[in-house]
Amino acid sequence: MKHVVKILTLVVAITAFWIGLLQTSVVPCSHTWLLPIYFIVSLGCYGLLMVGIGLICFPTCPQEALLLQQDIKEAKEYLKRNKIDVGSD
Amino acid sequence: MEEKNNNKFSIIVPTYNERLNIALLVYLVFKHLRDVDFEIIVVDDGSPDGTQEVVKQLQQLYGEDRILLRPRPRKLGLGTAYVHGLKHASGNFVVIMDADLSHHPKYLPSFIKKQLETGADMVTGTRYVKGGGVHGWNLMRKLTSRGANVLAHTLLWPGVSDLTGSFRLYRKSVLEDVISSCVSKGYVFQMEMIVRASRKGYHIEEVPITFVDRVFGSSKLGGSEIVEYLKGLAYLLVTT
Repeated sequence: MKHVVKILTLVVAITAFWIGLLQTSVVPCSHTWLLPIYFIVSLGCYGLLMVGIGLICFPTCPQEALLLQQDIKEAKEYLKRNKIDVGSD
Repeated sequence: MEEKNNNKFSIIVPTYNERLNIALLVYLVFKHLRDVDFEIIVVDDGSPDGTQEVVKQLQQLYGEDRILLRPRPRKLGLGTAYVHGLKHASGNFVVIMDADLSHHPKYLPSFIKKQLETGADMVTGTRYVKGGGVHGWNLMRKLTSRGANVLAHTLLWPGVSDLTGSFRLYRKSVLEDVISSCVSKGYVFQMEMIVRASRKGYHIEEVPITFVDRVFGSSKLGGSEIVEYLKGLAYLLVTT
């Protein structure tokens, strides 16, 4: 099944549930009408939260830059010894 | 039972103006893959800076059976560079990586180990988990990276943490299968590869990698890039 079909099925199921709520009046109608808006806003907030957390916990590796410089130095020495001409950096 | 000795790895490296970096990369690959059967396939798109001359010198040093130079006349795109490299690959596994040392060869053994342990069809490097990471990214770049990632995960449910990374190990038959159905360009292409592989039910594993950007602070993000990305996401949403 294509992914988009999965998502549409989910949306249809949620919509059916919402219509069901409207019809049976388990929850007062005025509240039920607003549910889609609450849902979209929550989704937006969830997204922002994930981005925020991801930004704060973004793994960084400054020591890797140093290690890389060492590796480059070692490689350049080897290449020079073996007369590989790479020009100037 | 260890099958290590029966596997051969073809490392495809597309290059354009990487005269120095390709030599450094080759040295580091040989350093970290001592007991491994591999070949490096350099797909150079007609670099004007003499990259191909350097590769020929490296071939003299390491052997023409270990370093294959398979150039093209001009810049023809990354996807086709992989296809071109694949045609000359004699290994049963293929590694794709960047030439500019943002992908460090020291992680190659961990890719290979992960594949042996799990029997995976694909192993992809991820920068976003503990043990991985980036260096040289300013706040803006991190923000757009996270934002793009969250959006892509919400829409596509891909099953991997790093969608746009291009440091990957593929079983050769899997790469051939997936690449034939991909049409996107740029980093959407990398996303399409991994999403299609996931949809086809291939076994995908991840290993942490570090990504060091030596060109500090350059962010190539403009409005048009964002639009291209969103278009690419929409395309993937509907067609995968």
